Amino acid sequence: MSTSAYGAYGGRYVPETLIPALDELEQGWREALADDAFHAELNGLLTTYAGRPTPLTLSERFAPGKRIYLKREDLLHTGAHKLNNALGQIVLAQRLGKRRIVAETGAGQHGVATATVCAKFGLECVVYMGEEDIRRQKPNVERMGLLGAEVRPVDFGTKTLKEATSEAIRDWITNVETTHYLIGSCVGPAPYPELVAELQSVIGREAREQHLAAAGRLPEAVVAAVGGGSNAIGIFHRFLDDADVRLVGVEAAGAASLGTGRTGVLHGARSSVLADEDGQIADAHSISAGLDYPGVGPEHAFLRDEGRAMYVGATDEEALLAFRDLARTEGIIPALEPAHALARARELDAELILVCLSGRGDKDLAEALSGLEKLA
Amino acid sequence: MKKLVIYLMAEPETPELARAAVEGGADIVELGFPFSDPLADGPVIRRAAERALARGMRTRECLGVLERTHALVPDTPLVPMTYSSLLEAYGWARFAQDVESAGGASMIVADLPVDERPELRRVQLVAPTSTDERIALAGAHTGGWLYLVTVAGTTGARAEVSSALPQLVERARRLVSVPLYAGFGISTPEHARSVTSLADGIVVGSRALQVAEEGPAALRGYVASLRAAIDG
Repeated sequence: MSTSAYGAYGGRYVPETLIPALDELEQGWREALADDAFHAELNGLLTTYAGRPTPLTLSERFAPGKRIYLKREDLLHTGAHKLNNALGQIVLAQRLGKRRIVAETGAGQHGVATATVCAKFGLECVVYMGEEDIRRQKPNVERMGLLGAEVRPVDFGTKTLKEATSEAIRDWITNVETTHYLIGSCVGPAPYPELVAELQSVIGREAREQHLAAAGRLPEAVVAAVGGGSNAIGIFHRFLDDADVRLVGVEAAGAASLGTGRTGVLHGARSSVLADEDGQIADAHSISAGLDYPGVGPEHAFLRDEGRAMYVGATDEEALLAFRDLARTEGIIPALEPAHALARARELDAELILVCLSGRGDKDLAEALSGLEKLA
Repeated sequence: MKKLVIYLMAEPETPELARAAVEGGADIVELGFPFSDPLADGPVIRRAAERALARGMRTRECLGVLERTHALVPDTPLVPMTYSSLLEAYGWARFAQDVESAGGASMIVADLPVDERPELRRVQLVAPTSTDERIALAGAHTGGWLYLVTVAGTTGARAEVSSALPQLVERARRLVSVPLYAGFGISTPEHARSVTSLADGIVVGSRALQVAEEGPAALRGYVASLRAAIDG
């Protein structure tokens, strides 16, 4: 049980109260994976409800001299890749007989995806969100309310995703018999990192095929933003065996858990985290609420150590400029999270690049416009 | 004789508070080594941890408090309670060694279930959700006594003692041979009396921290009221 698929990373560093629920989840997940009915139901929802497959768009003006293909998760229902995971977990929660769902959210995209699937399946939905994120992601807070979810503000500590995640886990500990914790990224105790990665790997399966069809070959590099890391792990997975394809994760420079972190334990898993030398978790800083997290999925720490993926940073300023430039050159307003990936992709020493455009930027307009004004 | 365990957060004043608790009748003192993200803790202990961290209470300072407390109450077992992140940063084996050197009798790691790092000697916790198999495993690995988490939830005072406790005690009695001390949600002399009619001891945390705010005399009086209820 304590053995991990990610070398020294992963595990189940949680209070004992949760262990039976994790065992139940793991068993339910294995059974679902082996059950054609599960896949049929999920694939049906992904197609007829979510809008899969999402297209692959060649951007020609954003980075002159390069061919950057954008995997358009921004066109998925609710506007981000988060719905892939939420749909998969809600079908699983139904199989486990759970009628109440709790989730954490940073940028609000996962909260919206969770509220959406709960509305569709008629389940009670509680979303924890830091007060600082509520302030900067107001449209998503309003969307969750309209969808029937209860958004519970978290007003202590950093008032961002880190605290919202802790509070969602505390709720789960308290209501574990009735509740499924619908975690939003490839973080947390086993089996969550593996489960979320599998549910998001649809991104890479489609993208690889689409890229081969469009470009006649595989990309030189695949680039994705990394906060907790679910869109990145989702697009990386299908390329892991393609040794010639570089995998590049882009963290926010002020929240570079992989770039500047150390091995630590946060939210149930051993991974690379921003922490001081005593193991106290440090504050992350990013203009992007979705990247403003001091931890990262254990599989990314493993891929970094193995040398299979590399992780670089992008500053708030670089992300803002990429945000503006993609809007002006391609007519696509990206979320601030993939804007970090775009910022690094356009400078990469490669010509043929696949970027995961993990979400759309409507939610970020106020924050981004005020950030751009300060740059001017 | 039933045991009374009192939890205090490691801060500069803690040795004197621990002595007051012992004078009031505490048998064991738990010392919280604060962590920034304590998943198992409710608002009272979380706030106390935030304050302790703001006052610079890091692992080394906490070990210093442990050592000074041990000097003041050398006959009372002292048990640091903390989270995995501190041990990961300090070194798992080194942490255990230095706790022992500073006078710690054992330790509790709230987010380290029995099958993660079983070689690390500590007081194991079980909860109402634990299966029989896991209770037996925790009982086999635990150091000294088994910590029964009375309720699915986080630490903090509650109006009523959990209704899940009798069944948990009954299962644990059948499966393990070590003493059973119950904690989470126990705050009043009435709770103390009713829980010790089942378990071999109780752990009182959040309410003790609140009373400790009023100083050693108040804490001594509060602990004495629990002691009297248990012994009565």
